[in-house]
Amino acid sequence: MTAVLQIIFDALSLGSLYALGALGIALIFGVMRLVNFAHGDFIAFCVFAMLWPSIDATAVVFAGMLPFYLLIPLLLIIGAALSILSEIIVFRRFRNTNPATMMIASFALGFVIRHILLMFYSSRPKSITLWPSLGLPVDFLGAHIPMLQVVTIVITLVTLAVLVLFLKRTRYGLEMRAAAENFTMARMLGVRANGVILLAFAISGMLAAAIGLILATISGTADINMGANVMLIAFIATVIGGLGSVPGAVAGGFIIGAASVIFQATLPHDARVFRDAFVYGAVIVVLLVRPQGLFAPKSAKQRV
Amino acid sequence: MTLLAVDDITVSYGRLTALRGVTLKIAEGEVLFVTGPNGAGKSTLLNAIAGVVPAGSGSITMDGAKVTGASPEDIARRGFSLVPEGRNVFGALSIEENLKVGTGMRADRHKIAGDLESVYAEFPMLADRRHTAAGMLSGGQQQMLVIGRALMTAPRIMAIDEPSLGLAPKIIDQVYEILVRLRAQRKLTLLIVEQSSTRAMMTGGRMILIRGGRIVLEGAAADMIEDERLKQAYFGFGDH
Repeated sequence: MTAVLQIIFDALSLGSLYALGALGIALIFGVMRLVNFAHGDFIAFCVFAMLWPSIDATAVVFAGMLPFYLLIPLLLIIGAALSILSEIIVFRRFRNTNPATMMIASFALGFVIRHILLMFYSSRPKSITLWPSLGLPVDFLGAHIPMLQVVTIVITLVTLAVLVLFLKRTRYGLEMRAAAENFTMARMLGVRANGVILLAFAISGMLAAAIGLILATISGTADINMGANVMLIAFIATVIGGLGSVPGAVAGGFIIGAASVIFQATLPHDARVFRDAFVYGAVIVVLLVRPQGLFAPKSAKQRV
Repeated sequence: MTLLAVDDITVSYGRLTALRGVTLKIAEGEVLFVTGPNGAGKSTLLNAIAGVVPAGSGSITMDGAKVTGASPEDIARRGFSLVPEGRNVFGALSIEENLKVGTGMRADRHKIAGDLESVYAEFPMLADRRHTAAGMLSGGQQQMLVIGRALMTAPRIMAIDEPSLGLAPKIIDQVYEILVRLRAQRKLTLLIVEQSSTRAMMTGGRMILIRGGRIVLEGAAADMIEDERLKQAYFGFGDH
């Protein structure tokens, strides 16, 4: 029983991370048909923003010293600002080009961000300690659950709730959903294209910052490639959920998180090394059965 | 007073020229029908005014202000509301949400709730299903919804591209009844693209005939049905 509980919490917390990543990708894809492969580098950038530039292995924590009620808003602002700047400087110029061109632009942007980080911080991973108390386990029905897992799950659920309220109950959320479905029609109803797109980028950047914080706390290291892995899986999650569907992206994130944890727990010992192969195999099966994704919106193809 | 003036505009898609030097004026409160065969450039004309396709040359003025090259959202904010061909409801959004998308730009926010109720009064079928996803509606219902959605922007000019396309004759009559009534109630200026010219005759107003990207005939709608040149324009008899 406690083992099952442990697996459930593992699955939920890993799934949360992927769901937050997938959301950041899906929101931008929704309004712009851009798969932003720089998203992973946004995550890394937010983590490194907590450190002084240096090439030493032990990180000189800078913003990371701030109390959490200042650090969290600061990082969210950094994430949003980086994301907005990348829209204004890079993606705006590619807005009417085809999706492949935009995707390549996002690769290039990711490359630039990664190399800026390399220049200031070197490629050596650095150890950072944020909130060590979160590593302590809490007892829950007999299982020892790390506090951080609980916090991750709670943060994700709160983020999802706020996002749903924003999308369903506010004027800007309505405009964003309308624009995601038919951008030209939304503009003909007076919805400002730049406003909606900047808002999507800002939210996506804040999600990247949130993932960065969680990852840095879990792993205790700052690594230039730390966002790339999450980004890849989050992208796969959006594809499984149905590109362009926000609920699909969240569901896809949780499904992949659960699949990884369940394979890890149930595969025979010798096969565990190949866990990712099993996960990706399952992804292939899903896409063979439903190439449009599990929750594909009807409007995904149409783009005037 | 001239509300909208299109002066000698040309629109090309690559090497294909869709509009060649079209000039027209619409006065406040007027109904203007644009008719013509398939591919004549009718939809292109509406899209060019709406800012969705750029005009290669010429100018468009709304209320005396030049709007050539302005973005679709800026043109919408000046009071031009286009109901495009194929209706374009937001299928995943509820009926009420569809009606509200275009209200975000309005300055008179206190009037929105009242306008919503009057749209519901005009289209009771929409009121009954206000929380249903718009994608579930029939074609006729979707046409009512997009007209209601355009009204919710409190437009000065409402342009409708082929309101009768794909609808049963009975529903088409209903749509036109509503348009005629709305025009009388709200002093709405209407710009309607319609392939079946008989509807235009019933509604009255002025009519222009486009063919090959040019205006070939212009006059009172009621007179034009008698004009042999209308048939010729459609069927391509004689020289043109």
